[in-house]
Amino acid sequence: MRPVAVIGVGKTPFGVFADRDLRSLAVEAGQKCLENAHLAPSQVEAFYLGNFAGPSFVGQNHLAPYIGAALGVTGVPATRIEAACASSGSAFFHGFSAVAAGLYDLVLVAGVEKMTCQPTPRVAEILASAGDLSGEIKAGATFPALFAMIARRHMHQYGTRREHLAAVAVKNHANGAKNPYAHMRKPITLEQALAGKPIAEPLTLYDCSLVSDGAAAVLLAPLERASEFTAQPVRVAGIAQTSDHVALDEKDDITTFLAVKRAGDKAYRMAGVGPAEVEFAELHDCFTIAEIIALEDLGFVKPGEGGPYSAEGCTALTGPKPVNASGGLKAKGHPVGATGVAQICDVVMQIRGQAGEIQLTRHSLGLAQNLGGSGATAVVTILRAR
Amino acid sequence: MNQGTVYTETVVHSAPEAFLKDAPYQIAIIILDTGGRVTARILGDRVAIGDRVTLVEFRDGIPYYATR
Repeated sequence: MRPVAVIGVGKTPFGVFADRDLRSLAVEAGQKCLENAHLAPSQVEAFYLGNFAGPSFVGQNHLAPYIGAALGVTGVPATRIEAACASSGSAFFHGFSAVAAGLYDLVLVAGVEKMTCQPTPRVAEILASAGDLSGEIKAGATFPALFAMIARRHMHQYGTRREHLAAVAVKNHANGAKNPYAHMRKPITLEQALAGKPIAEPLTLYDCSLVSDGAAAVLLAPLERASEFTAQPVRVAGIAQTSDHVALDEKDDITTFLAVKRAGDKAYRMAGVGPAEVEFAELHDCFTIAEIIALEDLGFVKPGEGGPYSAEGCTALTGPKPVNASGGLKAKGHPVGATGVAQICDVVMQIRGQAGEIQLTRHSLGLAQNLGGSGATAVVTILRAR
Repeated sequence: MNQGTVYTETVVHSAPEAFLKDAPYQIAIIILDTGGRVTARILGDRVAIGDRVTLVEFRDGIPYYATR
């Protein structure tokens, strides 16, 4: 296996874009990325696209060649990967694998989702198709309901409190307010977060990530060729994708995501680092409780300590372990299929020192964690300055 | 699968289209005395983690449990 680097990144802002269709978003991110790496589309040897539910949201299928051709990428393998909210994390993993294996040198990986064209109940229904339709969803669970049940159990087992969840939302909103790419650029107070409209108890509106449109793209190359394209290659030091049951009621302990733990362990081993050495992270905060559990599963804190750690400000921009400097899914937005690659872009921009107002002081080793459904897919990636 | 204990629960306020008329309603994951777990709807009084529940009926293939 040969070392692999990210040589280019490109993102659209996330938000509600009534006048933009799915393809134009993906093309914008892809073009920005190609320009960033000074690469012509004709040089791309393979294209992987992460997309959760384009066929349901906008009706279009056969998305990878559809978007690839609009970018000028033709005559090469163009493949769509679906793994719920981890679709583009998984696409990145597969792009990485192909370059590491020596199959291709220059691989484009993009993620896209166009969600806001559907009314909220329909969005909820499409998202629910990432759960088990024969059991939990049939009984009336939504994704907020699944994570609400996770939160309830975590509270019961560890004494996690509503204030801990709200602290995650307050922190991510504060960060998002400083990120020009973020969907929600409005700080909130702890009182506001606690008084939010109930969605599924104990979760309120402020515990839930946003329904957004957006796209993101990265280019991968063998590390030994990276300097042909950029002065600032970022090395993929460790990466792993793992799986688990789709249905929540098939998991023994829902206060942890076994897939995340396993992917984290593998990625740490591959990178030759441990959680203490990770300087900052982009974690999959589809709900506030998910960020708290990710802190625990990735070994930043012990099981049960994620809530107090967050409430103490340890994960803030100026804390010892900044998490979701971008605003996370909570404030940056969560165009489902774009999220995994957008996290990689955010970590790369930090490592390159190009994160603007959200630039962190320690930024040479970062981690991205992308979660699919209620934990059936996890991708953990560790990136470092060369 | 008649008897079990509540492992976790939530009251759903923002319901999917199919259950808009039922909201707010409670769902729970129940640890069955016979082994295994099931995601079910709760009828009547709200339940909490650790509560004992009994199967009341199936409606459209969905199990409904209650405390009694």
